[in-house]
Amino acid sequence: MSSKQPFETVVARYGAVVLRVCRALLRPADADDAWSETFLAALKAYPDLPADANVEAWLVTIAHRKAIDVTRAARRAVPTADVPVTSTAPAADSRDLDLADALARLPAKQKQAVAYHYLGGLPYADIAGLLGGSTAAARRAAADGIAALRRNYPASKGESR
Amino acid sequence: MSTDDLAAAYPVDPDELAALHERLASAAEREGLLDIAYRILDTPVGPLLLAATDAGLVRVAYASEGHDAVLQGLSDQISPRVLSAPSRLDTVAHELEEYFSGQRQTFDVALDWRLSSGFRNTVLHQLTGIHYGQTASYGAVAALAGSPKAFRAVGTACATNPLPVIVPCHRVIRSDGAIGDYVGGVAAKRTLLDLEAAA
Repeated sequence: MSSKQPFETVVARYGAVVLRVCRALLRPADADDAWSETFLAALKAYPDLPADANVEAWLVTIAHRKAIDVTRAARRAVPTADVPVTSTAPAADSRDLDLADALARLPAKQKQAVAYHYLGGLPYADIAGLLGGSTAAARRAAADGIAALRRNYPASKGESR
Repeated sequence: MSTDDLAAAYPVDPDELAALHERLASAAEREGLLDIAYRILDTPVGPLLLAATDAGLVRVAYASEGHDAVLQGLSDQISPRVLSAPSRLDTVAHELEEYFSGQRQTFDVALDWRLSSGFRNTVLHQLTGIHYGQTASYGAVAALAGSPKAFRAVGTACATNPLPVIVPCHRVIRSDGAIGDYVGGVAAKRTLLDLEAAA
């Protein structure tokens, strides 16, 4: 019987994963806010989480909700800055930023499905629960997203053969 | 396009995560969600884990006790809302630094005694009456605690002291003058007694 780990261990183990998911969905400052809100909400609810729960999936699910909250708050605060999710021009010399930029340009559901599954390790059934629709639709959204990234990000072709 | 490719597109700098962690700890403290704050303090008797609830210092642990195991125990016994959050421990850390440099003889921090109960708790409270630089035998402490024959139980209370150094179980020695056992190991006990004898 393993007991529930101290929350510090949860932050240490999943902090980076959750930050990547937030960054895939939001601008950097908003991503930091969403990360903070996610872990604060998780800390609050943690004593009630079943000891055998999938902690990573639980965190990504919270991050999904917090990303929506942060996006809405940002829209209210700065109505003119209407979700410039595609941000500014990507740094010309950075392959990684190119890929992040390509992901940011995907349609919302594809972007979320790719982020939750490939960055957050969330099963498609759980993604379907978050985005609505069937598990098959969630799987298709992620596959379509990955296919679009491959088209828009040819540099990765060599690695994906 | 692999998971690794995608993860590499969002490089996470450890310093950024550390800053976010600090922000989380502050927010948790502000919102009353930080049930247990802890930090590790380097001392002449090795790294000491210091943990506090909002009621006060609840645990001091030597490395030999296994800090991960001690944190797991705090999580199980008190609350899993445990975070590394040094600021709540600033005062006790400062006082310990003064103690180890010979500039302090008593500690002035709130203590949370919830990890000891019954006779052990009675014994540990008696220990606070053994002053800096003094020692007492297990039997003498048993007598002070009202059970002169319970010297073995005094040994157990010392061995399970959740607040060593602060609650001075290191000042309890054998009646024949031998140093006796210690939760942090005999070498640590010797270091503390020598430090206090030198002052």
